[in-house]
Amino acid sequence: MDVDNQIKAAVPAGAGTEQPRTLSSRIGPVAQRYGILIALAVLCVVLSLVSDNFLTSRNIINVLRQTSINGILAIGMTFVILTRGIDLSVGSVVAMAGVVSASFATTSAVGFIPGAPYVAAVPLAVGVLTGIALGALSGLAVARFAVPAFVATLGMLSAARGLTLIYSGGRPIPALTDGYRWIGTGDIAGIPVPIILFGLVFALSHFVLTRTRFGRHVYAVGGNPHAAKVSGLPVRRIRFLVYVISGGLAAIAGMILTARTGSALPQAGVAYELDAIAAVVIGGTSLAGGIGRVTGTVIGALLIGVMNNGLDLLGVESYYQQVIKGGLIVAAVMLDRSRRTEE
Amino acid sequence: MTPRIDEPLLRAVGFRKSFSGVPALRDGQFTLMPGSVHALCGGNGAGKSTFLKILMGIHHRDAGTLLRNGREVSFDNPSQALANGISIIEQELSPVPAMTVAENIYLGREPVGFLGRIRFAEMNRKAQTLLDSFHFGIRADSLMMDLTVAQTQLVEIAKALSYDAEVIIMDEPTSALGEAEADQLFAAVATLKARGKGVIYVSHRLSEIFSICDSYTVFRDGAFIETGSLADITKDHLIQLVVGRPLTEEFVKENTPAPAPVLSVRGLAADHGVRDVTFDLKRGEILALYGLMGSGRSEIFDRLFGLSRQTEGRIEIDGAPVTIHSPQDAIRAGLAYVTEDRKGSGLVLTSDVRSNLCLATLGRLSAGPVMNARAERGAAQRMIDDLKIKTASDRLNVSNLSGGNQQKVVLGKWFLTEPRILLLDEPTRGVDVGAKREIYRVMSDFARAGGSVIMISSETDEVLGMADRVVVMRDGGVAGQLERAELSAEGLLHLAA
Repeated sequence: MDVDNQIKAAVPAGAGTEQPRTLSSRIGPVAQRYGILIALAVLCVVLSLVSDNFLTSRNIINVLRQTSINGILAIGMTFVILTRGIDLSVGSVVAMAGVVSASFATTSAVGFIPGAPYVAAVPLAVGVLTGIALGALSGLAVARFAVPAFVATLGMLSAARGLTLIYSGGRPIPALTDGYRWIGTGDIAGIPVPIILFGLVFALSHFVLTRTRFGRHVYAVGGNPHAAKVSGLPVRRIRFLVYVISGGLAAIAGMILTARTGSALPQAGVAYELDAIAAVVIGGTSLAGGIGRVTGTVIGALLIGVMNNGLDLLGVESYYQQVIKGGLIVAAVMLDRSRRTEE
Repeated sequence: MTPRIDEPLLRAVGFRKSFSGVPALRDGQFTLMPGSVHALCGGNGAGKSTFLKILMGIHHRDAGTLLRNGREVSFDNPSQALANGISIIEQELSPVPAMTVAENIYLGREPVGFLGRIRFAEMNRKAQTLLDSFHFGIRADSLMMDLTVAQTQLVEIAKALSYDAEVIIMDEPTSALGEAEADQLFAAVATLKARGKGVIYVSHRLSEIFSICDSYTVFRDGAFIETGSLADITKDHLIQLVVGRPLTEEFVKENTPAPAPVLSVRGLAADHGVRDVTFDLKRGEILALYGLMGSGRSEIFDRLFGLSRQTEGRIEIDGAPVTIHSPQDAIRAGLAYVTEDRKGSGLVLTSDVRSNLCLATLGRLSAGPVMNARAERGAAQRMIDDLKIKTASDRLNVSNLSGGNQQKVVLGKWFLTEPRILLLDEPTRGVDVGAKREIYRVMSDFARAGGSVIMISSETDEVLGMADRVVVMRDGGVAGQLERAELSAEGLLHLAA
């Protein structure tokens, strides 16, 4: 019985509104559409009032730089979640890409890689390829062998972490070349490289999802895989590719992290998948697939970043921060749910 | 509650309901007498569903009175309606498949003993008595998942009766049934009537209404139009009431088949025991695949469209053999497939009308990997105009459209691929009379322009009205073929059963 929908179709929106419009009914639609953006704006205003340090360019750049790693991960995660999947392995991919790429950018020997560093392009390419390879394995399991994404990437979470520890012997890889470190610490015209990479990844992903055939495919496969298949879409290939994208982007995030830290830590990136998923969900992407936008994800990531920063500035202990972040995630989804049932 | 025979079981007057200012129901009226089967008729958007949801306590009415056995009542939720003897058999049933029939009937009110232990023996006995009293022929201890759709409905009816329901609402109960199964349901409806229950019957199938109902009430555009006894009116009159304008002919058929075959199927095998299927499809022809549920009709479509395993058989298009391994191959060969399950495999309900229309032609509407937004918009608009899809905008979410318009979106998606052969599986299911006729028009026009159609339909009337030729399926094989001149309802059933 989909009568409500039929009525909506039969009557043009806004027609026949005799009821007095209350303030909330006027604000409602705007708040629903831009709810997260408004929350972010309110948070910024409040923080700028209570802390003198918040609205300084130094701090803003700081927040953006801190957000860039989670933001890049979350954008990759958005592709996956749009197809009804999930990628729990991104934290491990961060570590593995960091360690493998660093082994080509260090003066100390790692395993069979001699301590003769290559120009930065080599380790960076190797790092991205590592992420792509790991993503391809997850994607193969999901798309070809119909392993539930949760299980396939849970397996990868463990396996990639183990491989990272084996590869590095469990030890950090120090003494990275300046060229490599540039992607974490350098800047172009005063803007830190991680922020530029974040911006590029965002712009490109937004373009792919909104303007390309592949983007249309992603939404259709997530919205209704059966209909996508009957309509002649290469459903398996699309499912496969989103994990490759997520793996590749996780690798970029991993190398930014490694470059900033100055050495590659095999323990890096633990539980990073949680913040990435949180950003996607707060940004309004449906875990049921087919609905969502990268812009939402970026705002979600910024909200988490600003909140962490604000709580730091206010001197709130990090233990409390975790509790607050947890509450925020659930609250965001609750808001989203009530909005959808109203529709 | 012992109703007098002259007192209505249910009487609704002046029901009104708006959703965020948009009226869905302006004047709902309905009177249900005991021992009657009362058809509630109306097109999509007529307000039927809203009316029923108010009866069931799912929506709250803005105005109006509801009398139950002469007493004024108002329900806040479905359980209150149930407590007052009003029960609904939903269009889409939701049993717990891994539980037994008895467990489903008494879900949430199992007879319990010491420490909350369920007294299964007693529950099974009670359920069996109930089922047997209606001669449903279902065992109370069988699992729900082993039942057919028709049997599941019968269990739902038994469940309603276990609540002592006197008013039973059936919303499109036959939409998922084959003809033989529907007869089982009709027998149950007759029993309910004989026992003095009142049945509110919602269906788009007019022949069905005339054969099992005794009175009718028509809603149109959210308002009560007319009520009366079906014995006093004709089918044409009822159609006219529902649509609001005279419809001379229910079906539209202006195509004439050419002699040359476009598609030849030889010795085809498919899933679920379908084997040795041989038939030809001619240019400009509407061919019907007729058969009971489970006779293998849809399996043939899945096979032709590359959705199931390649097994035995040959497929030729224009005399040349083709191999179809995937829907991509099928689309390339000029096939298009409107599946039976519009929501399950036809539409992407999370997307808008435009995206759905363009879904099968994304390659043509893009330059390399980048979509051409103007081409997409143009293609979508062309289909909206050609098929008269009623939508406020091509950016409206497709889930907001009525069933008939959703079906047109699926058709439009395929017309954009410029197909030569259209496979239609139950193309008018859940579509109201007016939209049905428009879909027949589209089929006819397509065939007249030289396209070929294979249609699966469970509605005999539709087959008789539209088909040039019928291939009758039985138990996974072809039972016979009938030319249009030799078509009759009896002939079809005789071959199919």
